[in-house]
Amino acid sequence: MVKAEAVHKSFGRLEVLSGIDLEVQPKEVMCVIGPSGSGKSTFLRCINHLEKIDAGRLSVDGELVGYRQRGDKLYELPDREVCQKRSEIGMVFQHFNLFPHMTALENLIEAPIRVKKASRSTAVAYARALLERVGLADKTNVYPNQLSGGQQQRVAIARALAMNPKLMLFDEPTSALDPELVGEVLDVMRRLAADGMTMIVVTHEMGFAREVGDTLVFMDGGVIVESGKPREVLANPRQERTRSFLSKVL
Amino acid sequence: MTEIAAGSPAPAPQAGRRPEAIKAIPVRHPWRWLSAVLVLAVAADAVYTLVTAPNMHWGVVGTFLFQRLIREGILLTLELTVLAMAIGIILGVILAVMRLSTNPVVSWLSWFYIWFFRGTPVLVQIFFWFNLALVLPHIGVGIPGGPLLFGVSTNVLITPLMAAVFGLGFNEAAYMAEIVRAGIISVEHGQTEAAQALGMTRLQVMQRIVLPQAMKVILPPTGNETISMLKTTSLAFVATVPELFTRAQQIASFNFYVIELLVVISIWYLVMTSILTIGQYYLERYFARGVQRELPMTPLQRFRRMLFTFRAPQAPLT
Repeated sequence: MVKAEAVHKSFGRLEVLSGIDLEVQPKEVMCVIGPSGSGKSTFLRCINHLEKIDAGRLSVDGELVGYRQRGDKLYELPDREVCQKRSEIGMVFQHFNLFPHMTALENLIEAPIRVKKASRSTAVAYARALLERVGLADKTNVYPNQLSGGQQQRVAIARALAMNPKLMLFDEPTSALDPELVGEVLDVMRRLAADGMTMIVVTHEMGFAREVGDTLVFMDGGVIVESGKPREVLANPRQERTRSFLSKVL
Repeated sequence: MTEIAAGSPAPAPQAGRRPEAIKAIPVRHPWRWLSAVLVLAVAADAVYTLVTAPNMHWGVVGTFLFQRLIREGILLTLELTVLAMAIGIILGVILAVMRLSTNPVVSWLSWFYIWFFRGTPVLVQIFFWFNLALVLPHIGVGIPGGPLLFGVSTNVLITPLMAAVFGLGFNEAAYMAEIVRAGIISVEHGQTEAAQALGMTRLQVMQRIVLPQAMKVILPPTGNETISMLKTTSLAFVATVPELFTRAQQIASFNFYVIELLVVISIWYLVMTSILTIGQYYLERYFARGVQRELPMTPLQRFRRMLFTFRAPQAPLT
């Protein structure tokens, strides 16, 4: 589903990604952990072209992100095609980023109507079903700031799902939540994984990674230090760097 | 809850029971009352002096307040304000979006427009449009350096009214562009990212996500600009547009009641700006939805509260 080969990315002189190689299979749940500044969020943002990579190859579903290859030349994709590609990838942010001037339902139907040109009635029906699925059927007409953090994040997940994405990216989805609200969001994600969604989750929730993740990736300094089955990596890290990180967070 | 008499000692909270709501004697503000009396006294004196001025003909004010020429002037002033602000707002939004465009040509064009129209006096601009026929007798489409394919006389196209509307509107657009730009920048970048991640195009993001949220920053100064515009329309005087100020001048040139007529139009300007102020308030309330948990009080609610408590209004909960 996602394939990265020697992906590099710099902001000015600061190199944030120094050669990332990984592959995510369909229906796989990959959890990415690592200290802040290790490049894990940046990598996630590169996948749906919110950031442009400087070197290497990054592809989703066999198609390069942001470029088209013809012969041995790369052509930048025009905006419209970048948007089309993004619409197939759902993203959930640390700070939810719900649209505050729209109700929960309006947040969900906006993109299906504008981007996918779905009819309003279809979009509304699907949005209601999704809100029910995340346990917020009663919050349809409520504005985001009347919801708790956990509820907002569940609406944000539903908003991403409303586009029927083939891949979901989660950027520290529970980091901005009160501890007692983390569980409800993880529950939604757990069910999503069980339904067979391909997911890349940047997280600090080791319990979730161990239980739900198929693969665990530990990043530091813009490279992948270690990856493998979550249980093995968490129990027996092979690298010294992984060991010292885990000893601090577990 | 049982009522207790004011001033009687409040009973100590008992375990398991909700204690009575606190009823304390509010802090007294003697200086507020004193300053209010002082201000009223000075104001009363000023009004008295003006009302009893020996050469002030209040009867004239009354006669001309609803006179036909004045009424027509009011309509024209409103028309000028609406047209100029319409041009200003529409063009201003376009210029602001252009200014933030990734296309350097478009962005630079917007910068140049703002530089030019903000950098020359609006009076000069109105005069410019009014006198354009002096250098360009015909306006139309043609081949540069060749014949005019289609054109009309400049004096037909740019009437005095249009000269004033163009002058005021194009100048206003430059200011509105900066106001709108400030509003756009004030919207958190995460909003744009979330919308982009959903596959929305730049234009959709701007239209549906960013601009509606920018409104709460854009509106107050826009109301300000509208009120300012209402009064600036008096500059249309130089383009011989018979709006309110021009009418007052014309009438005064016949009957020499200069101050009286200025009082008449000042009353009307105040009435109009007051109405605009109220309209602005309700518009701001509308765009505050989803931002504040409780909508701010309406002026009427606030006035009642002020009358009955004479305290500083409390900030609404956010």
